[in-house]
Amino acid sequence: MPRAYIPKVVTANALLEGDVIYQTATGWSRNLAEAEVLTDEADADLRLIDASQQHDRVVGVYLADVDISGPTPKPTHFREDFRARGPSNYVHGKQEAPKHV
Amino acid sequence: MYNYTDFDTAFIKERNAQFRAQVERRIDGSLTEDEFKPLRLMNGLYLQLHAYMLRVAIPYGTLNSRQMHVLADIADKWDKGYGHFTTRQNIQYNWPELRDVPDMLDALGAVQMHAIQTSGNTIRNVTADHFAGAAADEIADPRPVAELIRQWSTDHPEFQFLPRKFKVAVTGSPNDRAVIKAHDIGLRMVERDGLAGFEVIVGGGLGRTPMIGKVLRDFLPREDLLPYLEAIVSVYNLLGRRDNKYKARIKITVHENGLEDFGARVEERFALIRPQFTGVDQQMLAAIESDFAAPEFRSAPDTEYQDARRHYPAFRSWADTNLSEHRAPGYAIVTISLKAHGATPGDATSAQMRLMADLAKRYGHDELRISHEQNVILPHVHKNDLPSVYSALRAAGLGTANIGLISDIIACPGMDYCALATARSIPIAQEIATRFDELKIEHDVGPLKIKISGCINACGHHHVGHIGILGLDRAGVENYQITLGGDHTQDATIGERAGPGFSAEEIIPAVERLVMAYLDLRSELGETFLDTYRRLGLAPFKAALYPEARANAA
Ligand code: HEM
Ligand code: SF4
Repeated sequence: MPRAYIPKVVTANALLEGDVIYQTATGWSRNLAEAEVLTDEADADLRLIDASQQHDRVVGVYLADVDISGPTPKPTHFREDFRARGPSNYVHGKQEAPKHV
Repeated sequence: MYNYTDFDTAFIKERNAQFRAQVERRIDGSLTEDEFKPLRLMNGLYLQLHAYMLRVAIPYGTLNSRQMHVLADIADKWDKGYGHFTTRQNIQYNWPELRDVPDMLDALGAVQMHAIQTSGNTIRNVTADHFAGAAADEIADPRPVAELIRQWSTDHPEFQFLPRKFKVAVTGSPNDRAVIKAHDIGLRMVERDGLAGFEVIVGGGLGRTPMIGKVLRDFLPREDLLPYLEAIVSVYNLLGRRDNKYKARIKITVHENGLEDFGARVEERFALIRPQFTGVDQQMLAAIESDFAAPEFRSAPDTEYQDARRHYPAFRSWADTNLSEHRAPGYAIVTISLKAHGATPGDATSAQMRLMADLAKRYGHDELRISHEQNVILPHVHKNDLPSVYSALRAAGLGTANIGLISDIIACPGMDYCALATARSIPIAQEIATRFDELKIEHDVGPLKIKISGCINACGHHHVGHIGILGLDRAGVENYQITLGGDHTQDATIGERAGPGFSAEEIIPAVERLVMAYLDLRSELGETFLDTYRRLGLAPFKAALYPEARANAA
């Protein structure tokens, strides 16, 4: 039996600010909770290609695994967790946003 | 201090204007990231985990109060009100936005600073002893030579695309405070039969294959320095492995070709190019040297200092820990700790930067230094001014008396900032410092260097820490590997791996067990952790780290 596809989100850094962003159905968000979750491999690859072509907006596009057992997608690896949250020593980056997750 | 010539000023201006245009073209989409990346790296601009990062060079760690003020202004205007001082005498800004970077570079340029060659496969910022020009044990001030090397290496057309980055460090003292044996080239100023020269060390480095540098020449006359360096770097440029990034540093080149063969090639090349250096470099050096003339030290008894020592125990404790011997009578070298217990090692707020700048101006002949241990130094302070300096520092959260002690930890940015990291470093440093502060045994433990890196690249120097900690990713969980017995001084040693790593929760108790074992094992009060380790070896420390292994074996 083929292994189940681990759900993914398309993530990158914003060109101007450099901060971590996620692809939504219509654009980009700084909030992982709003990311478009891709559960089909072919779909994910297409979305990745689409994102990679947006040279004037984003940098370093890739697919990151997420866990979708809860109400919103959660990172499966601690690196993605820090990317989604910001650094641990200061309330900087995403943590400064008013409605931070 | 070195002052820019008209040429230098024009060069920086031109270079910044070029980069401004490149940034504009990136933003309007006419440059892709693949095209832009090498250009931004040439100007010290990285893209990290959460933001861009601008790395600014502080050549040989020296700056004046005006420059420090500008570093603070940049932090306020274009970053988040702080900067991170690194082990390579750089300052890093963690949160700049792309369109602001050209303005930041212009602000730096206005006070003779820049970010050129702080990245890329070039000769990086030349570092030097942070006590240069002040230390009692110094043979000569290494900074003029470091400046000469900087001028020679900046934009050197032959050395812009080396196989890998290239780092040079210089010390003018027999006691090495510049970690010269862990650099691609380390230079130690020496004197032989009244002649000034250098011991030349090559092929040291940390990273995934740590190596201690080897002596290539035990005496190189001073006037041969540039042609000899040029010979080394061009032989490396030719022989260095470009097929494998992990084997590209000169340490591997020297290792694979053998010191003898490598040295023979250098000598051959040196003989060939020596005549091209007609002495202009020595004239330049003489001119640079006059810029580094020592300040006029005043002569006064140190009565007020002695009084303060007698009456204020906190001042005495700070003075005992944070001062070093100055070559001028009545003076001291002050190391300001950027390692308040629980703080991020190496970070200074803009207010702290301004205070340090003002103290340098008022009490320190307008000089500051950045150390490779991520602290700030006031190299020339008269002892009678120390009570005032201390109380100002203390009020700003900069009065921690812990230089060289267990909480004076070097920690790289790790996974809180760095895109290459495999685990976090900063929280581990914060927790260790906090824990030993609670235990109140830091001063009893005495000299102990803990150094932490968040990945195998070893920016945090863990290989040369008495206790080194390397953060790894073990199946998606942060894991910390301990090395013991490393040393970054003239007796440089690579630490030994102690055994399996520890989880983030286990690592602080593990360090505590190590230190407690040391307190039991030391033969007398004055025996340091490193001495005890050297006397007894790994075994008793291993037993302290892994008590259950001993229980299982029993
Ligand atoms: C956050 C951005 C940084 C990145 C991407 C980075 C990258 C690297 C890499 C790739 C290496 C290994 C090079 C090799 O062996 O070929 C390295 C080594 C090193 N870096 Fe960093 N580094 C960063 C920050 C720092 C900081 C903050 C410090 C100082 C605390 C530092 C100082 C060093 C030192 C001392 C080494 C090892 C010495 C050697 O080259 O052998 N770096 N860095
Ligand atoms: S040691 Fe690794 S994690 Fe730390 S700064 Fe260097 S490259 Fe980044």
